[in-house]
Amino acid sequence: MNQAIRNTWAVVVALFLILLLAVSIIQVVAADALKNNDFNSRQLYQEFGAPRGPILVDGEPIAESVESSDDFNYQRVYHDGPLYSGLTGFYSLTFGATGLEEKMNRYLAGTSDGQFIDRVVELFSGTPMEGAQVELTIDPQMQQVAYDALPAGVQASAVITDPATGRILAMASRPSYDTNLLATHSGTRARANMEELQGLPGLSPYINRPTQTLAAPGSTFKLIDTVAMLESGEYAPDQMVPLPSRIILPNSNTPLGNFAAGLCNQHSQQTLEWIFAQSCNTPFAEAAMELGQDRIRTTAENFGFNQSLEIPLSVSASRFPEDLDDAALAQSSIGQRDVAATALQMNMVAAAIANDGTLMKPQLIDTIRGADLTTLEEPQPEVYKNSTSPEVAEQMTQMMKQVVQSGTAWQARSDQVEIAAKTGTAQLDPESGKVNSWITGFAPADDPQVAVTLVYQNTDYEDGHMMTSANMKRIVEAVVEQ
Amino acid sequence: MPQVISPARPRRTTELVLLLLALGIGLGAHLLSAIGMDREVTAEYWIQTGVLAIMALLFHLVLRLKARYADPYILPIAVTLNGLGIAMIHRLDLESGDNAADRQLLWTVVAMGAALVVLWFLRDHRLLRRRTYLFLIAAGLLLVLPLIPGLGMEINGARIWINLGVGSFQPGEVAKIMLAIFFAGYLSANRDLILLAGKKVGPVTFPRFRDMAPLVIAWIISMGVLVFQRDLGSAILFFGLFMAMIYLATSRVSWIILGLALVGVGGLIAINTISHVGLRVSAWLNAFDPEVYNRTGGSFQIVQGLFGLASGGLLGTGLGEGRPDIVAYANSDMIVASFGEELGFVGLAAIIMLLLLLVTRMMRAALGTRDTFGKLLAAGLAFTMALQCFVVIGGVTMVIPLTGLTTPFMAAGGSSLLANWIVVALVLLVSQAARRPVVVGPMVNASGTGSGHQDRSEPTSLPAPTTPGGER
Repeated sequence: MNQAIRNTWAVVVALFLILLLAVSIIQVVAADALKNNDFNSRQLYQEFGAPRGPILVDGEPIAESVESSDDFNYQRVYHDGPLYSGLTGFYSLTFGATGLEEKMNRYLAGTSDGQFIDRVVELFSGTPMEGAQVELTIDPQMQQVAYDALPAGVQASAVITDPATGRILAMASRPSYDTNLLATHSGTRARANMEELQGLPGLSPYINRPTQTLAAPGSTFKLIDTVAMLESGEYAPDQMVPLPSRIILPNSNTPLGNFAAGLCNQHSQQTLEWIFAQSCNTPFAEAAMELGQDRIRTTAENFGFNQSLEIPLSVSASRFPEDLDDAALAQSSIGQRDVAATALQMNMVAAAIANDGTLMKPQLIDTIRGADLTTLEEPQPEVYKNSTSPEVAEQMTQMMKQVVQSGTAWQARSDQVEIAAKTGTAQLDPESGKVNSWITGFAPADDPQVAVTLVYQNTDYEDGHMMTSANMKRIVEAVVEQ
Repeated sequence: MPQVISPARPRRTTELVLLLLALGIGLGAHLLSAIGMDREVTAEYWIQTGVLAIMALLFHLVLRLKARYADPYILPIAVTLNGLGIAMIHRLDLESGDNAADRQLLWTVVAMGAALVVLWFLRDHRLLRRRTYLFLIAAGLLLVLPLIPGLGMEINGARIWINLGVGSFQPGEVAKIMLAIFFAGYLSANRDLILLAGKKVGPVTFPRFRDMAPLVIAWIISMGVLVFQRDLGSAILFFGLFMAMIYLATSRVSWIILGLALVGVGGLIAINTISHVGLRVSAWLNAFDPEVYNRTGGSFQIVQGLFGLASGGLLGTGLGEGRPDIVAYANSDMIVASFGEELGFVGLAAIIMLLLLLVTRMMRAALGTRDTFGKLLAAGLAFTMALQCFVVIGGVTMVIPLTGLTTPFMAAGGSSLLANWIVVALVLLVSQAARRPVVVGPMVNASGTGSGHQDRSEPTSLPAPTTPGGER
């Protein structure tokens, strides 16, 4: 019987050796693979278990981690969620992170190179380290004014920047949502909220509309055409230009006309300045075909088209395509067909003109400070592109003033401040009559402090036209008062 | 049967030193987890360790008085595991706001108290052999209890608990011991009949049915009850106990192979016909399949346990520094993953080695004792405990499908604790018989083939030994 006991013991030892082997495989051999498994949320748990740095606007947190009593020690809380949702994005256990929460994660979570010393201290002291604070260039009052210019129910963006530095002072969009809905730790609630939000027309919690939605820029693209025309030396603002009421696009039967309700069709020729102010189509189409697509494209690219950016939010590349035939070029030159731009891109066009032809790199981050308030990073203003010459910029400014004085943006005329701007209406669908309504410009015209861009997407012509100019005026007046 | 003859030594002082070390480990784990979690060391920490220490030292004292030749390693190992378990359960309580550690401590007192009662009043395990059928009836009654409406409780689909009013109890754990006593008693008495009076069919000799009938009936009843209660883990344990006992008594490997083959066939049928068994197996085979991972009763729990183990790595996060609370049942079924996360491979391997050492000492007691009943009882209980470790740790580490069983002494759960401490008491009595100086009468062959049978006729307590011949 003792032999049977010994044999049984041998079996027991074999069983335990199998266990040791299995444990060593899981904990040592396959540990890294398991840590990186898609299902493994422990990284998140670790991040959620530590105080994440706040995102600040004018010193006040718009996103911060507060202690919570649930499984995770901290809950991400957003103040004024709808006002800043596009910028902050969300920080969700269920859906990961988007927006600045994603882009600045290394700093907020405290894993950036600059916070190495802090991590070593944490290792020895045992107290969880706090993430860095990210202060934005946003001005809270301007952000509010910009957001208020976008009524509920529209799909719209508003961008305000400082042309001299590239600092983004406001960047708001509609539809918006309360980011706290997705930051909840309850997976069930987060999923239900996400489903509800994605059911709202035009809302995607994953994108920031002003930098990631491409829309046909309509007549605001004539800013590019006009710069190209002036740069070519073949045109001047006071030069008389033929003004046919319609042209037939080359190799087609498609007519391209002017806006029927405007003043354009009452003249057979006019100065470039007048045509620009009234936003007639035909002279720009003809000029674009004459100058050629390469010239237009080069000018567009000088202002930032066809190039994506990280500010550090992702900015989609606005599009002016290659290999256009003349018909496509003609339609593209008035901001239709293949051309598409972000709100920030059209803001950059206005800002470069305001800043004597020099385009500053758009910046959203003011400073990044460690938990002990030492500065980790402080981005300086940076020249992005030399878009055009100061002379052309000055001519453009004068022409844009006329747009407000006596042109399509007359509703933006203000007693308090002189505004330079360009409107745009891009037809989306002739059937429904839906348009993208744009305005981009700057003020004060002679000493530009802000470049402002508004776009209402997929709206009725009348509504859009009313909102762009009136809200431009409202925003600029509010900014100047401030 | 080669025997190592060495002078009988009580070695109680060795036990005391090891016991202090064991309590030190428990206290250390407790305090380290408090530091790791940045918690104040409250009176609770000292009370929990203090109560365990009092019980452990009392146990030691009773052994000195009643079984001074008992194995000196079993008690310290059990106390180490029990102390580590309480420390981890308390640490997890702080995350969840539960008070499972207090309940565990209370059950530890009850379990060790029950073990002391067994030690004090039983004094010799051979007394159990006189009432073999009584234990069979008791085991049967205990197993049926959870099926009685109003008394039984169903938790997570398994109906294996009874409601005691103050808490739940799993009678199957105690029934396991009683069944082991019955098997050991019956087999030690009828072993020769089973072995010799058989029919040879081909290469295998089968025992007469009437010799095996009580065993088979006991086994079928218990398995049947477990099927009704849908308790896969206990079914594996009961089957393992049955097979091990038969092998230990008869040394017939062919019967074991036959039994395993039958189980293989039965298992395949169960996987394909009983839904929850099939689910468990597919959660084991396709743990990382998103569909299996996300469904109710899928692989979520086990995969979370694997992530916990992986995040522990070689050296662990340190007590109180990990997040074992993320895993469901972190303080009971999955406590191995909790330890693996915070103590790392090194710590978990140490715990597994401690469990192996415990089982080995139990087997050693079986090897040393002279009576067949004691041998069968100790070895059977030892193998069952080893199998339980394998099923639960193997389940957590994906060696086999996960079934709901508790890690001996560590996992939160009173019934398991009570059962395991009673097992310790019984095995200590067997080891006392094994190691105590043997009495060799003129007609008795104390060492050598067949010694166990002659021992049966001896009185159970005799005056002072004449010849030292015990084993260590």
